[in-house]
Order: sequence, then C-alpha cells, then structure tokens
Amino acid sequence: MSLLEVRDLKTHFKTDDGIVRAVDGVSFSVEKGKTLGIVGESGSGKSVTCLTIMGLNPKQNTITSGEALFNGENLLAASSRRLREIRGNDIAMIFQDPMTSLNPVHTVGTQLVEAILLHRDITKKQAKARALELLKAVGIPRADRRIDDYPHQFSGGMRQRVMIAMALVNDPDLLIADEPTTALDVTTQAQILSLMSRLQEEFGSAIIMITHDLGVVAEIADEVVVMYAARVAEKAPVDELFKRPRHPYTWGLLGSLPRLDANVERLVQIPGSPPSLLNPPRGCRFHPRCAYVMEVCKGEEPQLMQAEVAGHLQACYLDEETKVREAEKLLETMTAEARI
Amino acid sequence: MSELLVVEDLKKHFPVTRGIIIQKQIASVKAVDGVSFTVNAGETLGVVGESGCGKSTMARCIMRLLDPTEGKITFDGRDITHLSRAQMRPIRREMMMIFQDPYASLNPRKRVGFIVAEALEVHKIGTAAETKKRVQDLLDIVGLNPEHYNRFPHEFSGGQRQRIGIARALAVNPKLIVCDEPVSALDVSVQAQILNLLKDLQSEFKLTYVFIAHDLNVVRHISDRVMVMYLGHAVEIASRDQLYAEPKHPYSGALLSAVPIPDPTIRRDRKRVVLEGDVPNPINPPSACWFHPRCPRFHEGHCDVETPELLPRGGPGHVAACHYPLERWPMTEAEVRDPSVAAASAPVD
Repeated sequence: MSLLEVRDLKTHFKTDDGIVRAVDGVSFSVEKGKTLGIVGESGSGKSVTCLTIMGLNPKQNTITSGEALFNGENLLAASSRRLREIRGNDIAMIFQDPMTSLNPVHTVGTQLVEAILLHRDITKKQAKARALELLKAVGIPRADRRIDDYPHQFSGGMRQRVMIAMALVNDPDLLIADEPTTALDVTTQAQILSLMSRLQEEFGSAIIMITHDLGVVAEIADEVVVMYAARVAEKAPVDELFKRPRHPYTWGLLGSLPRLDANVERLVQIPGSPPSLLNPPRGCRFHPRCAYVMEVCKGEEPQLMQAEVAGHLQACYLDEETKVREAEKLLETMTAEARI
Repeated sequence: MSELLVVEDLKKHFPVTRGIIIQKQIASVKAVDGVSFTVNAGETLGVVGESGCGKSTMARCIMRLLDPTEGKITFDGRDITHLSRAQMRPIRREMMMIFQDPYASLNPRKRVGFIVAEALEVHKIGTAAETKKRVQDLLDIVGLNPEHYNRFPHEFSGGQRQRIGIARALAVNPKLIVCDEPVSALDVSVQAQILNLLKDLQSEFKLTYVFIAHDLNVVRHISDRVMVMYLGHAVEIASRDQLYAEPKHPYSGALLSAVPIPDPTIRRDRKRVVLEGDVPNPINPPSACWFHPRCPRFHEGHCDVETPELLPRGGPGHVAACHYPLERWPMTEAEVRDPSVAAASAPVD
C-alpha cells in the first residue's frame, strides 16, 4: 500500500468573481521513503494540492472533494482534532520563505521544543536535548550555542536548515517541501538539497517536493508529476520523464529552460500565459498554447492515459508516432556538449 | 570593436553609523570594492554572483543612481563619474535600465502609454502625435497590443509587465541597457519569451547589455562574456564558452557545479565542489583573498596574506583572481583541494 494515495482531488474556492478551480481532479501516490516531485508554473495548483492534503485551506470558502488516503485514513474526512495530531507528527511541511515561517520573537530552541512537546509526553529537558541533536543533524555549526539565538541571527540557508530540523522533530513519515530552495542562492540550494537526500536516507521519510525548477526535480525526485492549470498533464518516473517526455507542455517546459549543458541559440517558447482558473479553456486546458492542437483537443478534456512504459501516464490526444518524433527532435537539440 | 563602457576600480562603500543626534561612522559596508571591466559596443556582459555580492549596487553606480566612492566610469568615451545631474541628463538618454520586479517598477496609477512615453517627454523628443505613434510602435515591437495604450499596469500579467518595462527602456533609443535580474521573477515559459525578445531586440537595434542575474543558466544563454562577482570583487572575467567550459577560479567552479541540471542521468556521476558556509559579512570581509575561508584550495600563509590580482589565465581575455587557479574542469572537491590527486586521476584523452 502506498503511504499517501490521492484520488481525484478537487479544491474549489468561492470568490466574489466566481468559483476558482484551483485543483481539479488530481491523482497521484507517494511510496514509503521515496520522493515525488510536483512541477508546474505559478498558479498550476501544486501548492494548493498540498495545503488541501494538510487541511490548511480556509474552511468557509473552500469546497473539497476526492480522497487523500494517508496510511489508509482519509485526511479530507478527518476531524480537525485528528488533523492536528497528524500535522507535525506524521506529516510535516517546509515552506518556501524561511524568513516568515519562523516566529521572530522566540529563539529557535523554544520553537523546536514547542513542536516536540506538542506531540510527545516528555520533559522539557529531554525535548531540548532532542532539539539540539536535530540542529546538529541538519548541519548547524556550534549548535549548542546557536539554539538560543533568534531567527534574525541566522542567514537564509541556516533558517531553512532550522525549518527542516523542525519538520523532522517527530520523525514524520511524509515531508512536504513547498519550494524549499527557491529563495536561496545556488550554492546554498545545493547544500540544502544534499542535506535533504542525506536526511531522507537517515530518517526514511517520504518527500513531496513542490518546485518550478526541473533541475531540482532531476536532482532529487524518484517520480514526477507535471501540473498545468489545476490538472496533471504527465506523470512518470524521473528518468522516463526526461528521456521520453510525452506531453507538449512538458516539451515546452524542457525547451524553455536555458541550460548549462547545451548550446541552444533560441529557446523554445510557449506562447501566451497560463489560463485563468475562474474560466479555464474547454477541452484540453493547454490547447490555446499548444503547437499541435487538433479539433478533438477543443472538445473533450483528455484523461490520463498509459504511455508505452508502465507507470508513465500522460493526458494528450496526439498520436504516439508524432510524440516519439517530436520528443526526439527536442532532446536532440539539447544533447549535452559542454562538460559539466 | 569599440569600448562603450569602461569601469575602472569602482568602489562603493556605504557608511554604518551609530548614534542618533551625533552620528559617528563606525564602519563601512564595502558593497563594491574595486571592480574593473569593459563592455564593448554590441555585446552582452553577463554578471553573476550570489545575493549580496554587489551586482545591483554596481549597476546603480554605472547608471549614476548611486555616487561611486572611488573609481572612474567612462561611457562612450566620456568620463561620467563626477557629472552633475544636469550634465547627466543628455547622457541618460543613452543608458537605460530594466528592473527585476515588474510589479514594483511600474507606477500603478499611470496608464501604460504615459509610462512608456515619460522618457520621451523628459527629453523633449517629438510632438504629442509623434509620441503616441512612437509608443504604439514600441508596444508592437515588444509584442504587446498597441491598443492597450490606455490600460493600467494591473491589467497585465508579469511577463507582459516586463515587456512594458522593456518598451520604456527602448523609447529613447539607448545604446546601453542595464538589465538587473529581468527574468528572475517570471515563470520558466514566460522567462523564455522575455529572453528571446531581449536577444531579438539586441540584433535589431544594435543594443549593448549589461545583464545581471543569479541564474547561471540564463547568463550562459544570453551573454557573450561573463563576469563572476564575489563579495564586491570581480573574481573572474572570461568569454562565455571559456568560463563555462574551463572556469579558473574555484568559486566559479563551485557555482557551476551547484547548478541543478535537468537531466537525472547526470546527477549520479557528476563531479561536484560543494561549498560550506555562507557569504561573509561585507562589513568585516576576510583578509587578502575574500574567498579564502570557504575555498577548498586555501593555502595558509599565502591566500590570507597576499591579495590576488586579476591575472590572465587560460585563453585570450580570460582573467581570474586566484593564486592557485584550477588546472582543468570538471574536478571533484578532493581534486580541487589537492591538484596532485587531480593529475593522477586525469582522464587519458
């Protein structure tokens, strides 16, 4: 059984302008100890998917349907009391901005201890020892002194390490990381990514990595979900996705990346911009921007279908032959020539 | 090729003061501390570095939005370092800037037509009818609908706003455009559109760019030459191909190897130099070589005593400020630390 199984998840927000379908029928699963990458542009629904799983959307204007089975228990139907037990204990979350996700008026030690005492029946002293152990595990130098420092005394990368320590405080089975390295410099990003993979081996947590950066996905994920306009466009194991991408949107994403390892004179550009989720296009949501659009795309919305390899799903009506040809053409232009 | 912009030993120090009534300067933040480079007409100089390395401060000094503490800036053969505001005005027509945040850099209470036309009005170019025609042409050039002349910035998406910013910069036919992180706030698909647009405009209008970014992929795509900055200093300047194929400074190497490559097969056997720690505080920078506390190739008694100069390394026009430049690339961290390991494990080909 998968650790987390999300089935046909829908999250709609009621707004003054109408109903925003922020997540509209998303399914995926996360295996124990594995990393799932969710990629997409801003507004594609990747963060809302995870907030819904965690039960963190505002109640009064959200309509949720579908299932999110965590160890067989449907989180969408759980009481808020039960969710509080699960959050921070079984499922933990790391946010994008380490500046605003720590409380500026408490020391990091106090905040870590608080997170431990909420879920464990131990003394304050034991909790502090545990907090110190974790700060050491995430690579904070002189942790015994830094534990009494305030968040503003840490740099961005160090703050993100503190956030990771806080997420790991109760050995969660699942760690949801929402763009954890987007606000960081590349060298710090490399440090944090390698720290996350090392801790994953050590603690055996599964990770959902939300990012807009295909480079980060290639680096850390085992499986990838590509989201576009609140729907899953393609889902595949990481090697498969980069070797045999089968959705025109994925091609666009891959082609629009300027790369360190290839010389491209002109980037592939996807024309236009992502659609409004108040009133998404009929049929395939990508069709107004797609270069391969056919009549059928404008009518009915494509469902996720099996590609030639097991575990590779894609939602596109294009015939297999064209896809193979186009994907190969794209990858050819990006053959690695520079040495990395 | 003629030199359009020459920057010599540019320094910008910000004072740190203490006291409310009687302010005493107790230290200074050396945001830019002796940077020299040239930009030739028609080329793109990419500037990369981590946050806090002084890239934006340098850009603002070139534009004379900040007064440099020391150094000399020569634009199109004329020394502009100490010109007054009035003297600068005609020169401002020749150099324009594109900003990072397309939300904050456009006045929300003005219509697009006004925003783009403002520079034309300031410099008293053309009649009202000509201005309107020019603005509509500009909107068309950057890929916006000329009929959107009367809309407000909030009616546009991030990518479209950045196009408005570009139209505004083009209005007075500048020679030099300084782009300060123009695509870092945009999604990848929109980023590609803007990068392609900037390239097209460059070949159409013979523009010269100073392109500042923290994303090495983007800089590689758009630049002819690249300057790597660290803590207010230029540590390496080279042509794009030289820098990305054979970086000489260990910091450039570490930056390159930290960039995630969108190819999962590469991650397994990639050689990496992982840097420890953070960028030091520019109020109290390390002695001599600014990079020595984090450098895997640190030699005690040399790197922390003698400041390295930007010296020619490798091919023509390739300079790096390091006493122990890298012999080859890629290298693992152990190889960088001990070059003899590097020699022993060097590939045969």
